[in-house]
Amino acid sequence: MMEFGFSLSPSSAVDLDKVDTSRFDRLVEMEPQARICIGCGSCSATCTAEPYSGMSVRKVLLGLQRGRDAEVDRMLAACMLCGKCTMVCPRGINTRHLILSLCRISGKGKEGKA
Amino acid sequence: MKKNKNNANQHVAIIGGGIAGLEAARALLGLGYRPVIIEKSDRTGGHVADWHRLFPDMSPAKDIVERLRRETEGARTLLQTEIYAAGRLGNDYTLTLSDGNTLRAGAVLFSTGFDLFEAAKKEEYGYGIYDQVMTNADLERWFNGGGDKRLDGKEIRRIGFVHCVGSRDVKAGNAQCSKVCCITAIKQAIEMKEKFPDAEIWCFYMDLRLFGKKYEDFYIGAQRDYGIHFIRGRVSEVSENIEGRVIVKAEDTLAGKPVKVSLDVLVLMSGMVCNRQVHGLACQLSLGVDEDGFLKSRDNIASITESDNRGIFYAGAVTGPKTVPETLAEARSAALSIHAYLSAQ
Amino acid sequence: MIYKGKQKIWSDYQKEIPDDHWFYVRSCIRQSFFPGSERYFLGICRDMLGKDIHETEHHTTCGGIAYHSDTIPQETAMTIVARQFALMTEAGYKNLVASCITSFGNYTETLETWREFPELEARIRENLWKACRREFEKPEYVAHASDLVYKFRGEIAERAKYHLVDKETGEPLRIVEHIGCHYSKMFPHKGVGGAEYPCVLSGMAEAWGGKVIDYPERRHCCGFGFRQYLVQANRGYSVSNTHKKFESMEPYHPDVIITNCPGCPYFLDRWQYVIAEQTGKTYGRNGFGIPVLTYEELAGLVLGIDPWDLGLQIHQVAVEPLLDKIGIEYDPAKKYLGLNEKEIMKPGLPHVLRCC
Repeated sequence: MMEFGFSLSPSSAVDLDKVDTSRFDRLVEMEPQARICIGCGSCSATCTAEPYSGMSVRKVLLGLQRGRDAEVDRMLAACMLCGKCTMVCPRGINTRHLILSLCRISGKGKEGKA
Repeated sequence: MKKNKNNANQHVAIIGGGIAGLEAARALLGLGYRPVIIEKSDRTGGHVADWHRLFPDMSPAKDIVERLRRETEGARTLLQTEIYAAGRLGNDYTLTLSDGNTLRAGAVLFSTGFDLFEAAKKEEYGYGIYDQVMTNADLERWFNGGGDKRLDGKEIRRIGFVHCVGSRDVKAGNAQCSKVCCITAIKQAIEMKEKFPDAEIWCFYMDLRLFGKKYEDFYIGAQRDYGIHFIRGRVSEVSENIEGRVIVKAEDTLAGKPVKVSLDVLVLMSGMVCNRQVHGLACQLSLGVDEDGFLKSRDNIASITESDNRGIFYAGAVTGPKTVPETLAEARSAALSIHAYLSAQ
Repeated sequence: MIYKGKQKIWSDYQKEIPDDHWFYVRSCIRQSFFPGSERYFLGICRDMLGKDIHETEHHTTCGGIAYHSDTIPQETAMTIVARQFALMTEAGYKNLVASCITSFGNYTETLETWREFPELEARIRENLWKACRREFEKPEYVAHASDLVYKFRGEIAERAKYHLVDKETGEPLRIVEHIGCHYSKMFPHKGVGGAEYPCVLSGMAEAWGGKVIDYPERRHCCGFGFRQYLVQANRGYSVSNTHKKFESMEPYHPDVIITNCPGCPYFLDRWQYVIAEQTGKTYGRNGFGIPVLTYEELAGLVLGIDPWDLGLQIHQVAVEPLLDKIGIEYDPAKKYLGLNEKEIMKPGLPHVLRCC
């Protein structure tokens, strides 16, 4: 093949027609509250792990709906399960429980090891 | 307050027979006046008469319009009538009507409402160009049983709603928020989910402005019970693919990524813009017009229903976007102000 | 698609295009990219329609490439533009027609900037006087050459030797029109048909028998940009935008793409070779690409001008399948013969993209 010194760039655009949201759908079955996040960011602001690892419950929930599963798994692995996010959520989402359910679905992280 | 006894024959001209005009007429009848409703179209009820159900209780719009029509039967209603000229005569106002008559009134109420933004002006959204793009008003017409080839007999599995169409859009000439579109989009999204239970629905918003009673509950319900997706980002461009489906581009600003989705139907939430037809009359009567084109109240806090001119009053969306309950409350408030004004004459 | 809705928008964006007496400014790059285009623009307007189109050898680049590549400041670009206006004034013309979209955008942007900031115009007049002792009147009308061909599309149709239809089936050709970004995206009212649904090219295509395709990425930039292509490290995202357009138009099986910009046809044409090499994919029938023509080349074909006189052998994507489909006569043996049948060199053929 001809060497051009450049190639097609991957697109960062999310094509919602093609995104696989099956993990999110399973999460919703277990945790209906997953749907009512308003993306306010209180959870990330208070998160113990966020400044050092990029963990954010807000981004986890959004990432699952935008096909960013690898990022979600990286974030989940950083969670310390301290529960501060649950205390601040204005919508009353039990974020700690939600994370545990998600780990169970993914077969990874805290519950996966057990 | 006492009923008006001395001035029982005093006429109050009500310009515009929408719900503001009807409610004010109802209140004025109760106070013993003879309101005259001047309506340019062939029926009263205004925009609400075209709507199907009203948020947040899903009450039929028909109920409120029919009740108001019934309760204002005692008022003189001039349909298909426009006002050619208006002027002051002593303490009264005279209105020259398109039917050739002149109406003399002790007070004038402007309940001239708003115009729905013409969605075709947002060329990039393709209303009137792409087959499957419709507006909030088209959808209400369909809910009311009017056929629509965009929906009838179609397999509808993916639906989009675009908030702020012509609102908060300086380039479209409207800096103002239309106030009701966020909650209307949520209401219509829920109604569409009920009609098409298998459909996925996306709402594209800039901010969600859910200020009213029960609005936030409605929003939570839309998310939790109906699974409606909310994407924070303004739609930039709409196009059509080879199957005739609508392609929408926006940025998911919370994810910081552009998103693209194909839809079976796209609903544009046309906002409330000022009714420009009223500017001629406002000019003849030296009434102030705000930068947004809505008429200017004497004071935006204490006297929203009063103009700078004695004897001229406002109710409803003539002074800016309003909800139905706000409009009705202003109409009653204006009726009391008119009563106080005429009683003091 | 609701055609009437587009017609409504088109009627809102009709600009006044004077019928005659134009001062013509050429593009810096089109003569090497599309050697027949400017020549046949003049041929059609002057010889066929008898219009007065004046040009002078003293005009230079408009400075657009340097301006858009961030190598000269806007003030310098404006002074170059002012000099072109001075040449127009000296020649006694009031209507300026530009061959290049970026020039057209540059002239329009300069005039609009001066309208908003008259003190800037005064400074540029002073710059020009100091630099070369010239003075100018602003043009009364600025048009792009495609505006003129759009205006004369009916006259061209009347003289057409070929129509944009499949000679076998009688079906109209499927045509993709691509408008240069600087034509109307900056000033929608300066373009025929506006910025969202321009009709300057679609009007020609329809007048000459074709059917225009509206595909999802129609409004997307070709990806050329300026620095985006000129810096090699950035070319990946330049070609990615072109790729996105081809992916989007592919289901419609276009027969030809027409353009009104110097950069777009060049990149839409050449990138098909690069995409084919890198991904193995081609977008025309049987391994060919989709031919990309300028509007002058298309007009020339319709009028029966020999494809090789029009310079179509310079294109990367082979035009022969298009010529065959319309039924245009050509001599394959003369493809690489220059003026007076002089041998010009034959290019090597690519590995993936099928060429003739």
